[in-house]
Amino acid sequence: MSRVNRATVTQSLSVSFTVGLYGIAFGAAGIAAGFSLLQTSLLSLLTFSGASQFAVVGVMGAGGSSISAIATASLLGIRNGLYGLRMAPILKVRGAQRIVAAQVTIDESTGVAIGQENLGNDAMKAGFWLTGFGVYFFWNLFTIVGALGAQAMGNPSAWGLDAAVPAAFLGLVWPRLNSSFEKTLAALSLILAVVLSPFISAGLPIIATSLLAVAFGWKVRS
Amino acid sequence: MNALWIGVIGTSVLAFALKYLGHSVPEKFLTNPRMLRINTLIPIALLSALVGVQTITEKGKWVIDQRLAGVAVALVALALKAPYFVVVISAAITSAALYRL
Repeated sequence: MSRVNRATVTQSLSVSFTVGLYGIAFGAAGIAAGFSLLQTSLLSLLTFSGASQFAVVGVMGAGGSSISAIATASLLGIRNGLYGLRMAPILKVRGAQRIVAAQVTIDESTGVAIGQENLGNDAMKAGFWLTGFGVYFFWNLFTIVGALGAQAMGNPSAWGLDAAVPAAFLGLVWPRLNSSFEKTLAALSLILAVVLSPFISAGLPIIATSLLAVAFGWKVRS
Repeated sequence: MNALWIGVIGTSVLAFALKYLGHSVPEKFLTNPRMLRINTLIPIALLSALVGVQTITEKGKWVIDQRLAGVAVALVALALKAPYFVVVISAAITSAALYRL
C-alpha cells in the first residue's frame, strides 16, 4: 500500500475514532459488571470484538456462568470468521501476518474494505489494515478511559449506564434491520429471550434465539 | 482461577480461533447459501435478545425500571436517524434522570 487513496484514509480514521469512543461504554460496562480494570482491558486487547465483549460482561454481570458467557460471546464471534473468509483472498497473508490480520478482522475493518471495492484490491487492503489498527488503538484507549471513569463515578445507574449499554446494542443492530423479515426476527428474539430469562440460566435465553435465526434463514426468501 | 478470569480467557481464545479459522478455510468450502444466510441472521437474533435481557430483566427476573425508558428514548432517536452517540447519550440521560428522581 505505497500510495493510499485519501478518501480511504479519511473513511478508515473516522470509523476508527467513532467506534473507538464506544469503548468508553464497554470500559464502564466491564467495571459495572464486576470485572477488574485489568480484565476489562484484556477483553479489549485479546477478544477485540465489541459484541462478544459486551456479551461476556452482560451475561456474567447478570449472574450467568462463564460457560454461558463464553458460548454467547463465541456465537456472536462467528461472523468474524465469515469476514475472514471474505478478506483472506484479498489480503493473501500467511504466518505472523495472518495472525495479526485475523485479530483485527471485525465488522468495521471488513466494512471499510468492502466499501473500497471499486478502487481495487490495494485500496481494500489499505482500508482493512488502517481501520483494523485504528479501531484497535482507539477501542483499547477508550476502554481504559471508560473503566477508570466508571471506577470514579460510583453507581452506574446514577449515570444511566444501565440503559446506555442496551441502547448501544440497539444502535449496533438497528442498521441491520433492513426489512420486515429482519425486524420480525429481532422482535421475536427479544421477546423469546426475555420470556425465557426467569426459567433457564443466564446466557442460555440469548443463545436459544440462534434457533430462531436458523429457522428464519432455512428457507430461501425472495 | 475465578469465573471472571475463565470468561475473559475463554472468550479471548475462542474469539481469536473463530477469526483465524475464517482466514484459513479454503474458498471452495464457502458455497452453501443457507449457512451464509443463517450466519447473517444469528447476530441480529443474539443482539436483539441481549437488548431485551439487559433492558427488562435483572438477575433472571423481569424488572421494569428506568432502563426501559432510556432504551425507549434510544429507539425514538434511532427512528429519527440520530447519530450513534446521540442514541447512546439520550438513553443514558433519560435513565439517569429517572433514577435520580
